[in-house]
Amino acid sequence: MSGFFDIPSDLQHSYLGLIGLHLREALLPVLAGLLLALPTAQLCARLRWLYPPVLGVTTVFYAIPSLAVFVILIDYTGQTELTVMIPLALYSLVVLVPAIVDGVRSVPPETLAAATAMGFGPARRWFQVQLPIAVPAILAGLRVATASSISLVSVGALIGNQGALGNLLADAQRYDRPELALNSVLTTAVLAIVCDALLVLARNLLTPWMPRGTRASAKTARRPEPSEPEGALR
Amino acid sequence: MNVLTYVHAFFADGAHWQGYDGIPRRLLEHIGYTLLALGLAAAVGLPAGLLTGHTGRGGNAVAFVATAARALPSFGLLVLIAVGIGIGLLPVMVPLVLLAIPPILVTTYEAVRSVDPSPVDAARGLGMPEAGILFRVELPAALPLVLSGVRSAAIQVVSTATIAAYVSLGGLGRYIIDGLYQRDYEKVAGGAALVALLALATLALFWGAGRLAVSPGVRRR
Repeated sequence: MSGFFDIPSDLQHSYLGLIGLHLREALLPVLAGLLLALPTAQLCARLRWLYPPVLGVTTVFYAIPSLAVFVILIDYTGQTELTVMIPLALYSLVVLVPAIVDGVRSVPPETLAAATAMGFGPARRWFQVQLPIAVPAILAGLRVATASSISLVSVGALIGNQGALGNLLADAQRYDRPELALNSVLTTAVLAIVCDALLVLARNLLTPWMPRGTRASAKTARRPEPSEPEGALR
Repeated sequence: MNVLTYVHAFFADGAHWQGYDGIPRRLLEHIGYTLLALGLAAAVGLPAGLLTGHTGRGGNAVAFVATAARALPSFGLLVLIAVGIGIGLLPVMVPLVLLAIPPILVTTYEAVRSVDPSPVDAARGLGMPEAGILFRVELPAALPLVLSGVRSAAIQVVSTATIAAYVSLGGLGRYIIDGLYQRDYEKVAGGAALVALLALATLALFWGAGRLAVSPGVRRR
């Protein structure tokens, strides 16, 4: 396993540089997906008839393999990072919208009534009551979206060196250096686990009222973690 | 608009409908990979999920396995195994099975755990054996959720089975990978449309299975 961290120069990045690039290509789309998902979910939670069609469209999009979307997007955005990030943002959106809608809907009506009775307007109620209560569900969705995004960036290697750590996979084959493939898989997995741990930490900090260690307690029991996660290569 | 034109051109071309690289053959290959991977994942995930859900023990182990399996990149694993042991079915099946296990395992565990405890207690009080409680009380009540977990796994496997083509196997991914290297957008768009259609068919299949298998009393809830 000599040369495990010996990154071929055609990638034009150091090992740490690849990690930074990978995180940027994976996490910016999740952030964009979250920013788009919040208003979409708010609309879906408000207008009940809107939810089933939105769910249908997103499920179909979810089924399209990422590589196919990359290749089709090349026509519009070229062989750039953006081509990788746009589909990842949409996949995150698909995971997050149901997570947020379910989380917001799980807020008990008494709680909402109490907030209204205390004089909360709709906007204030959304930000100070509904969203905080939905935090565990939203974070569960974010965990799935993040893990899937980090794993999917590697596929960008197939459209010409846009895969960050995934480019090591291409080089492993090109230069017959299997240790580079191992490096890519292990580093990607560690990144995913670290990000997951950070999200769990964030959830615990954001929900100080939840009893520790009962992640799947009664509240989320009926509909378990929106764990319908997005896969890796899709 | 553009993409739709490509898709239409792909399906209109008679050459795509027959022979070794024809749609029927590629579709069957794709379904074959999907069923194999899904079957293997269900053989692991369903019993493990039922058992941990029934006993209520091992929740942390389930969460750990799911997190670990989710963290492994499918495409990376595919290349790593292909580089390590050579091209074949194994490099494809390992990532697909690992991809399908978390949704099946986690959802089954949660589904069995979240079954209303009073009928379970009643069954136990009436002297039903533990296996009877699991299969005749908990499983029927948990079935809608269990099915939703398997469905979610199936959709992911259908769309990810395209990677089989990267290690020179068949399936619908053939069109996407070949189209990429031949700069033939028609093929890529057509292949993507076929995968999406297959995913829709999978959704419909699970909807039908749910209608048939889920007891009316549970469904009405």
